[in-house]
Amino acid sequence: MVAPLAQSAPASQGSAPRLVWLEEVGKTFANGTVALTGVDMEVRRGEFLSLLGPSGCGKSTILRLLAGLTGPTRGGINWSEQEHELGFVFQEPTLMPWTSVFGNVWLPLRLKGQSRTVARPAVMEALEKVGLAGFANAYPRELSGGMKMRVSIARALVTRPALLLMDEPFAALDEITRNKLNDDLVALKCELGATVVFVTHSVYESVYLSDRIVVMAPRPGRIVAEIEIDAPLPRSEEFRLEPLYVERCRETSAALHRAMSLEAGRVAS
Amino acid sequence: MNQRKLQRYALPAFALLAALAGWEAVVRINQIEPVILPAPSLVLKTLIGDWPVLFRSLVVTLTITLQALVAATLGGALIALVFARFRWIEEAFFPFAVIMQVTPVISIAPLLLVYLSSGGAVLVCSFLVAFFPILSNTALGLSSVDHNLLDLFQMYRASRGRQLLWLRLPSALPYFLGGLRIGGGLALIGAIVAEIAAGSAGQGSGLAFRIIESGYRLNIPRMFAALVLISLTGIFIYLVLSALSFLLLHRWHDSARSRET
Repeated sequence: MVAPLAQSAPASQGSAPRLVWLEEVGKTFANGTVALTGVDMEVRRGEFLSLLGPSGCGKSTILRLLAGLTGPTRGGINWSEQEHELGFVFQEPTLMPWTSVFGNVWLPLRLKGQSRTVARPAVMEALEKVGLAGFANAYPRELSGGMKMRVSIARALVTRPALLLMDEPFAALDEITRNKLNDDLVALKCELGATVVFVTHSVYESVYLSDRIVVMAPRPGRIVAEIEIDAPLPRSEEFRLEPLYVERCRETSAALHRAMSLEAGRVAS
Repeated sequence: MNQRKLQRYALPAFALLAALAGWEAVVRINQIEPVILPAPSLVLKTLIGDWPVLFRSLVVTLTITLQALVAATLGGALIALVFARFRWIEEAFFPFAVIMQVTPVISIAPLLLVYLSSGGAVLVCSFLVAFFPILSNTALGLSSVDHNLLDLFQMYRASRGRQLLWLRLPSALPYFLGGLRIGGGLALIGAIVAEIAAGSAGQGSGLAFRIIESGYRLNIPRMFAALVLISLTGIFIYLVLSALSFLLLHRWHDSARSRET
C-alpha cells in the first residue's frame, strides 16, 4: 500500500487530526544547494512517523524546520496550535558534560524559568521513565553510551512535548542497546501519548517502530512514497515474524530502492 | 599501587638529590672557587644569610607577576567575550593581538622604559606576554561550543545571556584554564625579562635585578640563590594554577581524569 502523494492514505491513523503540516515547502541553502523541494507532509496527532531515505535527502532538514531552527525558503509550516512544546533528540547524546544528569534534564525547564526545587518532580519523573532514577547526581562521563541516550530522551520529554523530534537517535549504539532503546521509546510514547517524528536510514527499524513511513529521495530532497503500518503500537519481537512486517519491509525497501535509482538516473543523465 | 606511588615521587626526588650531591662533590674534589661555581651547600647558606634582601626582591617580583597575570586574565577573557559576540571586532583587532604576541618582549622593554617608570614598564611587559595565550585560548573555547547544544538552546528560546552563562562559558572553561596556565608561566618570564632591561637602566629591586647586581659584584652564590627563588616562584605559580584547574574540571573534563588501565 504505497500511496501516491496526492492521495491521502486512509488507515487506522487516517482519522487522527493533524498536529502540524508542511505545504509546498522548499529549502535552498545559502550556497545554492536545494535541500527540499515541494514537500507536502502532515504529522498526525499521536502517531509515530518515520522519515526514511538515503543521506542528503533532507530528512534532517525537515526536523530542523519542525523545530524552528531554520525557516523554509518556500511554502509554509502550519501548526494546529500556536503554543507547542517540542523535544529534540540528536544522534549523539549531546549532554552538557559539566553538569550532572539532573542538571541536564533540568535544562529545558530551567530555560523556562523554573528553579531546581520547582523542576525537581518533573525531572525525577522523566528520569524514572527512562529508568535512570538512581543516576540523578552522576555526571555524563560516568554513564555508558546507552544511558547517555536515555538522559537525552529524558531531557526531551521533561517538558511533556506535543512533538518529539528524533534525528537518527540510536545510530551510534550497538544493535542490542538500540533495539532495547527503541522498544522503551515506543512504550514511553504510548504512555505519554506523544507524537514522534523519527529520522532513520534503516528500513527494518522504521517498519518495526512506525505507524507511518515517509520515504524520501535525495538531490533535491523530496517525498516519493508514504507507507502505513496498520498494526497497533507497542509491538513485540514476534511482530518481526508476522507476514505484515515482512510485507511492509519489502514494500519499504522497494520504495527506498526506487528513490535511490531516481538519483542514479539523474547522475547518469 | 603503592609501589607505583613510590616510583612517582621517590624516583625524581632521588634523582634530584643525586644531582645535587654530584655537584657538591665535583666542587669539593676539584676545589672550584665559589666565584666560578658555588657548591649547593653554599647557595643554601647564602639563601638563608641574604634572606632579608632576597625576600624583599621576591615580594617585588611576585607582586608584579601576579598583578600582570590578574590584568591579563581579566583583559584576555573580557576581550575574548567581545570577540565571540562581535565577529567584526575580532576580525579588526586580532592582528593587533598577534603583533603583540610575535614581537619579542625584550625588544619592547627599552621603549616602555622611555614612557613609563621602571615598575610600570615591568608590569606592562609581563602583562603583554601573559595576555595573548589567555585571549586566544578563551576565544577558541567560546567558539568551540557543541552545535547541537546551541540548537537545543535556540529551540528552547534561550536568551543570549543564558546561552552565554549556561553554555558558552562552561564550554570555554577548560580552554581558558589551559591559557591561564601558559599565561602564568609567561607572566613570570615577562617580569624577569623586563626587570633585566630595567635593571640595566639603573633601577628596580626584583629578583632579576639581584641577579644582575650579583653579577657586577661577582657574588655568584647570591646569583644562584636568586635563581633558585625564581625557579621556585615559577613552580609555585604552575602548581597553584594546576590545582585550580583540577578543582574546577576534575568532576567532568577528560583532561583532569586519570585513565583506567
